[in-house]
Amino acid sequence: MSDATVSALKGAEARGLVTLRDAGLTGMVTLRADLATAARAVKRVTGADMPGLRRITQGQGCRVAWMSPDEILILCEHATARKLAFDLTEALTGQHHLALDVSDARAMMALTGEPGPLRDVLAKITPADIAALPLGEMRRTRLQQVAGAIWFETETEARVICFRSVATYVFDLLAMSAREGGAIGYH
Amino acid sequence: MSLRLPDGGRLIDRSQTVSFTFNGKQLNGHPGDTLASALMGAGRTILGRSFKYHRPRGLVASGAEEPNALVNLGQGKTHEPNQRATTTELFDGLTATSQNHWPSLEWDIGEVNALIPRFLPAGFYYKTFIHPRAFWKHVFEPFIRQSAGLGKAPDPKQTDPDRYEQFYAHTEVVIAGGGIAGLQAALEAGRAGARVILCEQTGHWGGRAPVDGVEVDGKPAEAWINDAVQELEAMENVHLRLRTMVAGVYDHGYVIAYERVSDHAPASDIPRHRLWRIRTARVIAATGALERPLSFPGNDKPGVMLASAMRDYVVNWGVAPGARTVVVTNNDDAYRTALALLDAGLAVPCIVDARPRAEGALPQQARARGIRVLTATGIAGVKGLRGVVAVQLCAQDGPGTVTEDVVCDAVAMSGGWSPVVHLWSHCGGKLTWDQDGAFFRPDPDRPPTDQHGEGFVACVGAADGALIATSTMENASIKTRKMLSEIGKMVSGSVPAVTAATEAPMRPVWMMPATAGPKKRAKMWLDFQNDVKVSDVQLAAREGFESVEHTKRYTTLGMATDQGKLSNINGLAILAQALDEDIPRVGTTTFRPPYTPISMGAIAGEARGTIFQPLRRTPIQGWHEANGAHFEPVGHWRRPYCFRRKGESHRAAVNREITATRTSLGLLDASTLGKIVVKGPDAGRFLDMLYTGMMSSLKPGRCRYGLMCNENGFLMDDGVVARLDDDSFLVHTTTGGADRIHAHMEDWLQTEWWDWQVYTANITEAFAQIAVVGPKARAVLDKLGSDLDLSNAALPFMSWAEGKIGGFDARVFRISFSGELSFEVAVPASQGRAFWDALLAAGAEFDATPYGTEALHVMRAEKGFIMIGDETDGTVIPQDLGLDWAISKKKPDYLGKRAQERPHMTSPDRWKLVGLETLDGSVLPDGSYAVAPGTNANGQRNTQGRVTSTYFSPTMGRGIAMGLVLHGPDRMGEVLEFNTTKASPKGETPKTVMARIVSPVFHDPEGEKQNV
Repeated sequence: MSDATVSALKGAEARGLVTLRDAGLTGMVTLRADLATAARAVKRVTGADMPGLRRITQGQGCRVAWMSPDEILILCEHATARKLAFDLTEALTGQHHLALDVSDARAMMALTGEPGPLRDVLAKITPADIAALPLGEMRRTRLQQVAGAIWFETETEARVICFRSVATYVFDLLAMSAREGGAIGYH
Repeated sequence: MSLRLPDGGRLIDRSQTVSFTFNGKQLNGHPGDTLASALMGAGRTILGRSFKYHRPRGLVASGAEEPNALVNLGQGKTHEPNQRATTTELFDGLTATSQNHWPSLEWDIGEVNALIPRFLPAGFYYKTFIHPRAFWKHVFEPFIRQSAGLGKAPDPKQTDPDRYEQFYAHTEVVIAGGGIAGLQAALEAGRAGARVILCEQTGHWGGRAPVDGVEVDGKPAEAWINDAVQELEAMENVHLRLRTMVAGVYDHGYVIAYERVSDHAPASDIPRHRLWRIRTARVIAATGALERPLSFPGNDKPGVMLASAMRDYVVNWGVAPGARTVVVTNNDDAYRTALALLDAGLAVPCIVDARPRAEGALPQQARARGIRVLTATGIAGVKGLRGVVAVQLCAQDGPGTVTEDVVCDAVAMSGGWSPVVHLWSHCGGKLTWDQDGAFFRPDPDRPPTDQHGEGFVACVGAADGALIATSTMENASIKTRKMLSEIGKMVSGSVPAVTAATEAPMRPVWMMPATAGPKKRAKMWLDFQNDVKVSDVQLAAREGFESVEHTKRYTTLGMATDQGKLSNINGLAILAQALDEDIPRVGTTTFRPPYTPISMGAIAGEARGTIFQPLRRTPIQGWHEANGAHFEPVGHWRRPYCFRRKGESHRAAVNREITATRTSLGLLDASTLGKIVVKGPDAGRFLDMLYTGMMSSLKPGRCRYGLMCNENGFLMDDGVVARLDDDSFLVHTTTGGADRIHAHMEDWLQTEWWDWQVYTANITEAFAQIAVVGPKARAVLDKLGSDLDLSNAALPFMSWAEGKIGGFDARVFRISFSGELSFEVAVPASQGRAFWDALLAAGAEFDATPYGTEALHVMRAEKGFIMIGDETDGTVIPQDLGLDWAISKKKPDYLGKRAQERPHMTSPDRWKLVGLETLDGSVLPDGSYAVAPGTNANGQRNTQGRVTSTYFSPTMGRGIAMGLVLHGPDRMGEVLEFNTTKASPKGETPKTVMARIVSPVFHDPEGEKQNV
C-alpha cells in the first residue's frame, strides 16, 4: 500500500527566517538492549558501529543514534524498517532485547537556512544548549510542551523528530518561531 | 509649569516631531523621548491620581522606579494598564490615558478622601469595615472598588493581537546593567574569553555617567562608553542586548530576562516581548543605585521630584518640571542637579541642605555660581494645590517652625542612594548595613549560592555600594576579575581612570523637620503609589507591628507595582525610629522576582491560539474535521463525540450512530487507545504483577481483559492484553492512560524490579486502529479481501491475527466493547486514512456509520461494561464493580492485592455496582445520589448510593444507568429515590426520581451477538 501511505504532515512547508518542511516518511527502528553486548549484532545488521553517548554513526543505508544507556534509534528507508526490525530480532536471538518498527509513531521535519538563524529558531523552542550541539550528535529534548529530538545534518540543515500525533503542533511551533520579524542574532 | 527647554537633550532628535495623545488630547514630542519626558515637555504636570486619597500626582523619577506616572497604554485590543511613562519610549501614534481618576484627572471626587485622612489610616480595611456586616457588601465595597485600584483591566472580549516568544540561552556570565560598571565588567569578562550576555533595560548604554559629567581616561564618559560598546560588539563571545531587563535570578544559575522587542516601534510584524530563559555559571548585577526621596510635608505634590531624575530630564531630554527649582538634600550629589539646572538656564533660588555644613567640592561650586546654600535647614511644607507654588523653610533639627517662604515651581529632593541589590537577594544573598552611606549593600560573606555551594551572583559598581563614579569602575573590575577567576578565567590590565567631583559624607535624614508634629507627619509620604505616610508606619509600630514584614502588609508600604523601590529604606528607618531600634536590627523585606512587572504575554510566550497546547491528532483526524465531528477532549486528543449531519441534534446523531451499529455496521476511530509492547523473559511475571488477573498463562494469538490497580488497591486502568509471542505482549490501555501506564511500568521496572528482564515501548501512535462493529462487520472485511480466515471458528472471540486486509498490513483483534460482532483492526498509521476510506467505500452498502465516543459510551453501558473515570474515581476497587472474576485467586501477589485485603476494602458495606432503571423511563441525572432516611452529623440527608453512568439508550428506548449502591447486588428489584436539581412544579423542594435496581447488563445478557 505504499501509494496510500502518508506522513503526518503530508509534505507541509513553511518559509521564514529558515525554511521548514516535512521530511516525509522515515524508517525508524527502536532497539532496547544491553548496548555493549548488542553491538556485534547491530553492526552485522546495520553496518554501523554502536554510537557513544548522544552520537550518531553511519551504517549501510541507515544511521544509528544513541537514545539512552539501553536504547538506540536506527534511521533508514521507510520501506526497509520492518525488515530491519525483524533482522535485528533474529540477530539478537538469545539476548534479551526489544526491536520494533516505530516509523509511523514519529514525524520528522527538516529546517534549512543560515547557520545563525537556524540555531536561533531552534533555541526558541528547546531548553537544550543548541549553541553547543555539534554535527553528528542527537539531542533528545523538550520542544516547548512535547518531547522531541534534534540534530544537525550540516551547519545549514537541522532535523527534528517528534511523535506523530503532535506533528502539527511541532510544525506550527517551528513555523511561528521562524516567522519573519523574529530574528535574534544570538547564534 | 513644566516645559521643553530651548535646546539640549542628548537623547532626543529635535529635528523631528512625534505626536501622541494623552487623555484624548494630541501632544507632540521628539524621537528619543520617553512618554514621561514628552509629557513634561508638553507642560503636563499631573499624570495620575494616588491609590487611596486620589491626590494629584506627577513624575517623581525618570526610570524603572517611578511610582506615580502609571498610565493605560494603547486602546481596545492593545490596551494595557499600569505602564510606567518613564520607561515607555515615545512613538508616533501612542495613546495613553491617566489612571484612577474619577471623574476626571483634573477634578477628582475622591480627593475628598484626603480631606478626611482619618477615614483611611493604616490598616483601615481591617478596622473600619468590619461592622455592620451588610455595609461591607452594599456600601464600602462598591465605594472602594470605584475609588481604589490603578489601571483599567483589559476588555476580556478583546484578544491581544501581538505575538510573544521565548528564547533559551546558555552562557557563562550574565551581566545586568549597561552603565559604566556593567560595560567594564563585560569588557573584563569578554577579554578573559568568557561567554557573556550583557543586558541593559533601557534603550541606551552608559547609565547615568554621561548625565553626571563623569570623565573616563580624560575624556567625557560618553566617548569611553562608545568605545567600550564598539569593542564588545566586535567580540564573538559577548552578546549585547538593549531594552532587556534581567527580571529574576533563580537556583541553578537560571536567569529570566525580559526583552521589550518592539514596544518602542509597534505595528511591525515582530514579537512584542521576548522572555530570555538563560542558564549561566555566574551573574553580575551592575544594576546601579536608586535615589531616595526625603520625607517632608507635601513631598508628594506634582513638581516635587528626585534630584537625579530632574537632572536626567534636563540633560537627556531637554525638559524641566519648572523654571525655578529649590533643591533639598542631605548629600553632595544633589548639587549636581542645581548646577545642571543653571547650565540649562533655569533658576535655582536656593539649595536646602539638612547637614550642618556643606563644604565639599560641589557645594563650593554651587556657591561660586551664586546659588544660595542654606545648611541645617529643612522644608516644613509645600504650598500649592495641584503643583508647587512655594516651599516653606525651617530648621532641620526642630518641629518645623517656618522661617521663610521661597517662591518656586519645582523641588528637587535627595535623601541619599540605595544600591539595587534585588538580583543579589532573589536567590538568598544577604545584606549588610552600610553606616556611612545609610544603605543596605550585599554582604560579601553571605552570597546566594549555586548547586555547588558557591556564590554565583556578584553586585558590582554602585550596586555594591561604590556610589562615587571614581570607585564604581574600580569596584567593577576587581569584583568581576574575582568572579572570573572562580570559573577559571584570567584577565589582567589596567582599569580606566575615572574623574568625578569628590563628595563629602551624607547625613541620614529620615524625617524633615526632625521633630515634626503629628499634623506634618501625616503629610510626609513614604510610598507614593500606595499612599503610605510616615504617620501610618508610626501608627503600625504603636499598634504592635514590630516585624518589618508585618508592617509592610498592615500599611501596604512597598506593596505597589514599584515594590517599594523608593519607599523601602525610608519606611524601614521610620519603623526603626518608632521602635527605638537600629535599622539593621529591624531588617528588610525580601526582594523577589521580577525586578519590575513583566507582561503575561512574555510568560505565555508562543503558547496561544493553535499552539496554546499540543492537540494530538490521529491519522484519521482530517476526515473527522471534514465530516461534522463534534469533538470532546480526551487527554490531549480531540475525539469525535458524534458526527452531526445537517440539521441533526447531538442526541439524534448519537441515537442514529448506535442504531446503525447495532443493526448493521459502525466504524470507530480507536487509534487513541494506548498500545504498549512489553517484552522479555520476565514479561509474563511482570504483567501478572501489574494486572489483577493472570496474564502469563495467556496463549500467543489470544487476548484477555485485565484490570490494573495502584498500590492502594484502587482501579486505575483497564484494557485488553494480546500475547504476541512467547516473550512479548501488547498491552492496550485507555486513551488517557497510555502515557501514565507506560510511566507506571517504567517506574516499577527501573526502581523496584530493576533486575527483571523486561523492556517496554509505547507504540500508541504507530498504528491507526479502527473498530469495525456490528452484524455486518465480517461482511465488510470479507468484501475488502484478506489473506486471513476471519470466520468465528478460525478467529474466535478474544483472539487476534496478523495479515493483509484489502492490501493493508493489518493486525485484527476480535474484541468488543459494544457487545456486537467486532473486529478492531490496527494498520500502520501512515496507511490509516487510506484504510478508513477503504472501509467507508466498501461499507457503503451496509450503511457504514462512523460513530463517536458518546455512542461508544452508551453501547458499553447497555452491556454493563465499566468505564475508567466513570465507574472509577480513584476510590473504587474492582470488587466494588463485581469484577471479582477478573482477579486471580491463584497468584501470590499483584499490585493492590495487599491493600484490597484491608478491613475497609473487604467491608460488606462498600457500595457496589448495579444497573438502575427509572420507573418513568427518564434519564437519571449524572452524579445523582440515592437518598436514605435521616440526616448525618452535618445535618445533611443520608445517602445510600450514587449514579456513575447514565444515558438514554436508543436500543432499550429508555434511560439506563449504572451506579454504586449499598448492598446493591443483594437488593435487585428494590426501588430507590434519587435526588435531582430540578424544582417540582410547585417550586418547593427539588423533585426526586424513582429507579429500580436491576442487573447492569441491559442488552444481550447472554453475549450471543459478539460471538457470531
